[in-house]
Amino acid sequence: MSNRDNENFEPKIVAFLCKWCAYSGADLAGVSRLEYPPNVIPILVPCSGKVDMQFILKAFKEGADGVFIGGCHTPNDCHYISGNYKALKRFTLMRKYLEQLGINSKRIRLEWISATEGVKFAKVMKEFVEEIKKLGPLQTR
Amino acid sequence: MKDKLPKERVGVFVCHCGRNIAATVDVKKVVEAISKHPSVVYATDYKYMCSEPGQALIKKAIKEHRLTSVVIAACTPSMHEETFRKASNEAGLNWYKCEIANIREQCSWVHSDMEKATEKAIKITFSTVEKVIRNAPLEPIKMSVKRKCLIIGGGIAGIQAALDVADAGYEVILVEKLPTIGGRMAQLAETFPTLDCAQCILTPKMVAVARHPNIRLYTLSEVVKIEGFVGNFKVTIRKKPRYVDPEKCILCGDCEKVCPVSVPSEFDRNLKERKAIYIPFPQAIPASYVIDPQTCLGLNPIICGECAEACEANAINYDDSEEIFEEEVGAIIIATGYDIYPKENIGEYGYGKYIDVIDSLQYERLVSSTGPTGGEIRRPSDGRIPKSVAFIQCVGSRDVNHLEYCSKICCMYTAKHALMYKHLVPDGTAYVFYIDIRAAGKGYEEFIKRVQEEYGVVYIRGRVSRIYEENGKLILQASDTLTGEKLNLSVDLVVLAMGMIAKKGNRDVANIAKIPVDSWGFFKEVHPKLRPVETSTNGIFVCGACQGPKDISETVSQASATAAKAIELLSKVEIYHEPIVAEVNPELCSGCKICETVCPFGAIKVVDKIAQVNEILCEGCGSCTSACPTEAIQLRNVKDEQIYSMIEAILR
Repeated sequence: MSNRDNENFEPKIVAFLCKWCAYSGADLAGVSRLEYPPNVIPILVPCSGKVDMQFILKAFKEGADGVFIGGCHTPNDCHYISGNYKALKRFTLMRKYLEQLGINSKRIRLEWISATEGVKFAKVMKEFVEEIKKLGPLQTR
Repeated sequence: MKDKLPKERVGVFVCHCGRNIAATVDVKKVVEAISKHPSVVYATDYKYMCSEPGQALIKKAIKEHRLTSVVIAACTPSMHEETFRKASNEAGLNWYKCEIANIREQCSWVHSDMEKATEKAIKITFSTVEKVIRNAPLEPIKMSVKRKCLIIGGGIAGIQAALDVADAGYEVILVEKLPTIGGRMAQLAETFPTLDCAQCILTPKMVAVARHPNIRLYTLSEVVKIEGFVGNFKVTIRKKPRYVDPEKCILCGDCEKVCPVSVPSEFDRNLKERKAIYIPFPQAIPASYVIDPQTCLGLNPIICGECAEACEANAINYDDSEEIFEEEVGAIIIATGYDIYPKENIGEYGYGKYIDVIDSLQYERLVSSTGPTGGEIRRPSDGRIPKSVAFIQCVGSRDVNHLEYCSKICCMYTAKHALMYKHLVPDGTAYVFYIDIRAAGKGYEEFIKRVQEEYGVVYIRGRVSRIYEENGKLILQASDTLTGEKLNLSVDLVVLAMGMIAKKGNRDVANIAKIPVDSWGFFKEVHPKLRPVETSTNGIFVCGACQGPKDISETVSQASATAAKAIELLSKVEIYHEPIVAEVNPELCSGCKICETVCPFGAIKVVDKIAQVNEILCEGCGSCTSACPTEAIQLRNVKDEQIYSMIEAILR
């Protein structure tokens, strides 16, 4: 990966947020006016278990430097019983797969964020943007 | 992704939200940028889109510009999605052709750099336009409701729920496994903290069930199959034979007198015997005798036939047989109750070995005026009145080796037990061994105080490590953890406050009803605080101790809560279901059944090698869509192509 100076690098990050928890947590971060970097663009999905591996690959293919998935806390918060577990399994697999493609697996992150965790959402967004900044732009070609 | 789209005419409405958005996002710039989208034919901004003039502006634009979709760039969809969908619907747009771009909570409120925030707002709005042009116009799925409620379990929870639903004018089918309704509460002597006689407050309700024109009661019956979905369940019930016609039985008891078979009575927890033809307790409903086919001498008049001969009412029918029948109901309430922790698991207290070590339910029978000793407290071994009794709390509960949870009711019923003992044996001594006293409830703490202070019951904080018998006395080895002293206490009777556990059959019921249980086998509610009696299967509700340990007052409240939920459902002429559900492209489906296995709601069935979605059961989570290897199954209006185009718009 790139070792050059990434100080002015503004990463592009796509965040898949589940409707019930993470998206509401992000809304709460807004209501609480908790600032975080504007690099993250949200996409609302019904459940973290809805996030297809193809979505992640598509995002990287279209130029994303990082992909975030936010779901409901395990074990019992998922509105659809087990979607968060499905997301977790897929995420574990995806990390291995990305490494094989030569993409640092730190470029994807999965977090459980409840509707009451606005503070956590803002904190995680800050951390993730910092992390991706350190990794530099993703060069897929 | 350039897919073929019908010619869309999109209108975009960017809200200032006063200064909430406009202070950080350059709304004019957003309008200018989005106007360049090929599908956008109209874009404008306004100070407050949600206001009456704002909504009027949207409606006017829809008509004037013949818009086919609209995007409102404003606050989060949970705030005003409904407002804007309603407004655009009034102007002739389909409900699902209006989408919200959240540029407030997730943009203007969390960023301060105007240039970057504006850029982000533009991306969010673009991606929303990409989504909405691919949204299909949808109508809610309508279905009728069978105005009948099934209740499984005839304890106090099932009884209360049945009466509430029936009083509201709906038909109720109450199914009870045992020969009588009444459940555990019927076994109790008195109830805490008011010391109401349990039977006195329960039996009128049981009679009300029997007499209610809207309730059909099936005892000795079990639900063996549940098919269908909310509003339209098809239930299969198996009714075992009673061998006595309740219509004819006049409760004379002549049959019982001549029956040659005696077995321990389940109702009296083996402290008394009953015959093979018996009535569980005098106030049983249905008010009828029943033959226990396991112990009756073969139900064969050649072998015995004494009871049929003695029965002047001709109520006995040895040829009675099992019936299996179906019922159609709109709602289901599960109230299967609890068991107590098995005595075999607690070796150290000598239960089963020493006859004078009894469990809490046996004690209830022992002090009950209708119990085996007629309300006098006598030891099972020699019938003497015990001059000292030790009550041990948390037997099984709060113990990592047994049940990790607190059974919630034992502190209170043990205090009640001790008090009842003091009422019956005023000169006796009662000891209570406890870990902590948990008396959170109306009047509960006061009750405990009364037992300790007015009745002088000796409370010892500590666990009993061993019990053994010596010269007809039970010796308890324990330590008082407050003083640090080791104790050797000699008593006449030991009562174990057994923990509450889920009924063994709960898991079977869970499989039949397709609802989850927790790791202890209690039914799981959707949300512990906000949806405490609903299950993840729409139209199926749970109440009482089958959901977790609780006392009678909580059980009754929950039962009424489930009744309210069932009535809410049954009162609807039609019910509507969100049309954002999965749909299958049969040409792509390979019939691999992966979707069927991942669906948490059992909504997908592969028929003739093609997956079929039950739209009513589908909750729209999209688990199947991300698992499908051929992209044959898609979630309406959240299709893969929509997500792809949104990703493209964000990263362009």
